[in-house]
Amino acid sequence: MADTSELQYTSEHEWVLVDGTIATVGITAYAAEKLGDVVFVELPEVGSAVASGTVVGEIESTKSVGELFAPVNGTVTATNAAVVDSPELVNSDPFGEGWLIKVEFTELPALLSFAEYTALTGE
Amino acid sequence: MTSSTTPAVRTSPAPAALPFVERHIGTDAAAQQHMLATLGYDSLDALVDAAIPANIHADSFRTAGDSTLPPAATEREAIAELRVMAEWNTVKRSMIGLGYYDTITPAVIQRGVFENPSWYTAYTPYQPEISQGRLEALINFQTMIADLTGLSTANASMLDESTAVVEGMLLARRASKVAARRFIVDADAFPQTHALLANRAAALGIELAIVDLNEQTTAADLGEYFGVFVQYPSKSGRVWNPASVIALAHEQKALAVVAADLLALTLITSPGELGADVAVGTSQRFGVPMGFGGPHAGYMAVRGGLERQLPGRLVGVSVDAAGHPAYRLALQVREQHIRRDKATSNICTAQVLLAVMAGMYAVYHGPDGLRQIAGQVHEKAGQLAAALTAAGAEVLSTSFFDTLLVSVPGRAEEILARAAENDVNLRLVDGDTLGLSVDETTTLADLSWVVQAFGGSDAFGHVDFGTAVVGLPAELARTSEFLTHPVFNTHRSETSMMRYLKRLADADYALDRGMIPLGSCTMKLNAASEMAAVSWPEFAGLHPFAPRADVEGYLGLVRQLETWLTDVTGYDSVSLQPNAGSQGELAGLLAIAGYHRSRGDTARTVCLIPSSAHGTNAASAALAGMRVVVVACDELGNVDLDDLTAKIVEHTADLAALMITYPSTHGVYEHEVATICRAVHDAGGQVYVDGANLNALLGFARYGDFGGDVSHLNLHKTFCIPHGGGGPGVGPVAAKAHLAAFLPGHPLAQSDEHYLLTPPDEPTATVVHGGGPVSAAPYGSPSILPISWAYVRMMGADGLRAATGAAVLAANYVARRLEGAYPLLYSGENSLVAHECILDLRPLTAATGVTVDDVAKRLIDYGFHSPTMSFPVAGTLMVEPTESEDLAEIDRFIEAMLAIKAEADAVAAGTWPADDNPLHNAPHTAQAVIAGEWEHPYDRETAVYPLASLVRGKYWPPVRRIDNAFGDRNLACSCPPPEAFE
Repeated sequence: MADTSELQYTSEHEWVLVDGTIATVGITAYAAEKLGDVVFVELPEVGSAVASGTVVGEIESTKSVGELFAPVNGTVTATNAAVVDSPELVNSDPFGEGWLIKVEFTELPALLSFAEYTALTGE
Repeated sequence: MTSSTTPAVRTSPAPAALPFVERHIGTDAAAQQHMLATLGYDSLDALVDAAIPANIHADSFRTAGDSTLPPAATEREAIAELRVMAEWNTVKRSMIGLGYYDTITPAVIQRGVFENPSWYTAYTPYQPEISQGRLEALINFQTMIADLTGLSTANASMLDESTAVVEGMLLARRASKVAARRFIVDADAFPQTHALLANRAAALGIELAIVDLNEQTTAADLGEYFGVFVQYPSKSGRVWNPASVIALAHEQKALAVVAADLLALTLITSPGELGADVAVGTSQRFGVPMGFGGPHAGYMAVRGGLERQLPGRLVGVSVDAAGHPAYRLALQVREQHIRRDKATSNICTAQVLLAVMAGMYAVYHGPDGLRQIAGQVHEKAGQLAAALTAAGAEVLSTSFFDTLLVSVPGRAEEILARAAENDVNLRLVDGDTLGLSVDETTTLADLSWVVQAFGGSDAFGHVDFGTAVVGLPAELARTSEFLTHPVFNTHRSETSMMRYLKRLADADYALDRGMIPLGSCTMKLNAASEMAAVSWPEFAGLHPFAPRADVEGYLGLVRQLETWLTDVTGYDSVSLQPNAGSQGELAGLLAIAGYHRSRGDTARTVCLIPSSAHGTNAASAALAGMRVVVVACDELGNVDLDDLTAKIVEHTADLAALMITYPSTHGVYEHEVATICRAVHDAGGQVYVDGANLNALLGFARYGDFGGDVSHLNLHKTFCIPHGGGGPGVGPVAAKAHLAAFLPGHPLAQSDEHYLLTPPDEPTATVVHGGGPVSAAPYGSPSILPISWAYVRMMGADGLRAATGAAVLAANYVARRLEGAYPLLYSGENSLVAHECILDLRPLTAATGVTVDDVAKRLIDYGFHSPTMSFPVAGTLMVEPTESEDLAEIDRFIEAMLAIKAEADAVAAGTWPADDNPLHNAPHTAQAVIAGEWEHPYDRETAVYPLASLVRGKYWPPVRRIDNAFGDRNLACSCPPPEAFE
């Protein structure tokens, strides 16, 4: 599990781990808790181009459907097959095993810091 | 007592039975006085007048007593009038076909399911722990459909075949990656399906290409498209192999949708084995009467990988808290109430009662029995072909299952008329051609009359049938097994079948056990007198496209019901065609779109919908080709007038409609509704008033009076059609005169003229409903219309008003009695609610950890069906007692809710741990309290007999709390093997 204070965040309750030009993306524990038991995850195809702020996937729980937004412009380089097979990973380890996609980007937009995100959720 | 041969002279009149209104309304005068005193009002009228804004009150629009409804009839009188209408119908042997075939309803199913309140008064199985019986019956249906179609997953039924084809087209559209908005349609498909596809595709900008599909069709014939639709066997009766057409579709990544006849599939290769992605159709001929068009259960099945694209309800297997298998609705978030305007289907209701019947038909007959029935049907069709050929007619069909096309140049109408004289209805294809369909009920005697009409009998009327022609191509003979699960191979004796039906019914909680206080669902009485006519052969036995002369009784009933519904809603014309509330919404919005288009207002495509609306509203608007713009609600749950004004200004040029529910989905009479309607009209928009909550208004206010242009009504709520465990529904659409011409019509309707309200001093008028159809049959599901007809006839205007008063009284009484324990989330004028109230459990959850789920499941231990959970607001319960519950039952519910609050307080106080208490562990099965050591901090009596009154009349849930996540992560939608239950 990543150190959550080192991650960056979006107002859509996603976390972004930046490593060079690769952004690893998942949803936060706060979002996973709000969604409830995740039962299905739909992710974009590897190699597809994504645009920041657009919907690229779905996270479905027993009571709701959450959308996965791309936090950056770029190309999907990897998706988490384990989470597709075992969607409960999103609940059990949202910042680690429950990661969703990796996107190669050229320019990183302004994202929220840990403090800013914590202020947003009020937790 | 003296014995005498002459009857005793009756010296005084027989004691008068209570009028029906007093049978329908549960609370008597004394009870109502007690309840009114609790609320501080001295009469029902005073209470309702205080709750409903004065400016919408019906009395401000017309004089009380202006109603055109006849005075209330007694139960006996109403049934006698229905008898007269029944006798105006003429039931002939139908050989019309086109997707509707006479069938034999096994008497054990007729009595054990169709006429059994344990099945027909249940609600949609949202509380699966108390719905295991019909969930098992539905999974039987799903297994039957999946087996026969050769596909992996079937849903729990569709509204009818033609709407299922439309849903198949929509599924192909979203699942295919093809950019072209073009859908290929088999020219040899049923005409009603063609008409529905045209209507629905036009609203969404989908182009239809009607093509003569056959084994020689090439890619060049088809162009670019996202899906193809094939009727199998065809309308003409032809049995051909669509595998090559399906392969062509797959070559260009399009999907293939096949409408298949279930009985034929017992003999011919399944669509799945031919490569189809989706199979659709109807299960009507599996023991469900034609009923002049419905209701019946349509079906849809899909190949692996498309499960999440299925519209409607899907039953799946999961496990309960003890790890035992248990059924429940799966993948519910696919549904429109969650996805709103992003939904790609607005289907909510299934046809559960009819799906149960069709599934049970397969359970009772089994695979061998079904094969035998199909074989006999085919054999008779073959005998008919031989005899007609011998009679000199030219049988055009070179392949067939049950339907023949016969060429009789220039004589088709004459022979049709002669057959009708012999009590047989044939299908007129054109002046030279007739269509004849054989079904399970057809006898050789029937066929003799047909052959005689063709001039093929000897002087004594005798027909020599000779050797049957074989019509099924050998290459399409079915080789795969189906219905191998033990449930389809066990119940051959009537005793066994009767007990299976009883065992399943006993697992469920329906209105015959107790109150079902589901908010927004109006679970009122479905009176036995109202139900009586539904199974009469004169109503049950008619084909939807029977000649007009045969259906005058039905047309009279339809006209009368249309008249009454306009009267009580303040509209001018009504279409009874939509066979669910969602379809009524769609029909109403399409009428609005048609109206704008007729005026050249083509830019008006925006539909304003308050955030409090039911999700189906948004889904229906999207499917009507409109763009949804959400209007905010204020903290009291009312439409935010400032936001509404801003949105209207923003969309002055493109405003099509506002959809508003009244009273609101929050169960409150919004004060400003008339103002809201005026603002929309001033901006050139139309007002759609969702009639889901009409039970709070009938007799006191009318949508048409205060600004509505069009509404749908739920006859399965306000007008007593039973919920059937999740369908059938009937959702008529009512409109003002300027929209009437755009209401749904039907190309095969016996009469396209409908009632149009005229001023009292003008002659009666009619209007042609000229919009496209939204249901397969012209009058939707007519066989259940006698239920609503009887309700209105036996209540009269005063009775309907009294029912509304009693419903509003019951809801306010519950709210007042419970508000100390559970805060009331919303209320309107004078702190009153309408016909339902929302109890806010969020403070309780915050303080104790006890959730809405815990309370809902604990109510089962107390012998109740939970109120509506988390709609329209998460973390709340919405209670709608209806007028039919008596004070004792309402008080019993209140007592249970207060006792549960005390239990929650004990959890908060630490008496019981948060993860081991009667709420957390609810519901408790018998097995859970007797098996092994009892290791919980509360005793067994608390678990299952929390009230002493339960000891003598306990409903025992068959399973413990069901794990929803497990079932959705491990999707299984067909019958589990028997070992799973060991």
